[in-house]
Amino acid sequence: MKNPLDSIWGTVISGFVLTFILFLVVKALV
Amino acid sequence: MAALTWELFFRWGHFLTGITWIGLLYYFNLVQVPFLKAVTADAKAEAFKHLVPRALFFFRYGALGTWLFGVLMLMTRGILGEAFMLQGASAVIGMGAWLGTIMFLNVWLIIWPNQKKVLGLVQATAEEKSRAARLAFLASRTNVMLSIPMLFFMAGSSHAPAGMFGG
Repeated sequence: MKNPLDSIWGTVISGFVLTFILFLVVKALV
Repeated sequence: MAALTWELFFRWGHFLTGITWIGLLYYFNLVQVPFLKAVTADAKAEAFKHLVPRALFFFRYGALGTWLFGVLMLMTRGILGEAFMLQGASAVIGMGAWLGTIMFLNVWLIIWPNQKKVLGLVQATAEEKSRAARLAFLASRTNVMLSIPMLFFMAGSSHAPAGMFGG
């Protein structure tokens, strides 16, 4: 499987997915 | 001087150094990496001598300044401990602070030591240089990825609509 970090778009999409996951984590903590 | 005044100065410093740091991070990934892939070996050598070291200097000290001003801000507000422990409402800025801290450590412990090998500032074989270039590239891309949630939580800690994060 290709590393998503090798492309800018893969990096940006990974960043958005990570944002959503961490948002749910923080929402559960607050 | 009142704590709120100190906090404003620390926030100002955090923005100035943060823009320097993340601006250069995006410059490296959006402009410099494709540029260096496209140019001749001579142009690349010139860039490694006169352009990249200067950009990396402001990049790594921008990272240091951003992190220090951020810590001072949290200290002034009296929430440094609870932010890093992700407690209560401070979990929002705390998540941003953790992401920023990981990115800061990434700059000083992975990107910069490997870039020194790539630039020839420390001795390295051709194979070591090639491995160092790949590691620095992946660490830099990791920081671009982490910057997206980091900026969301930094902005969200002061500007999220009421109730967005619960609480």
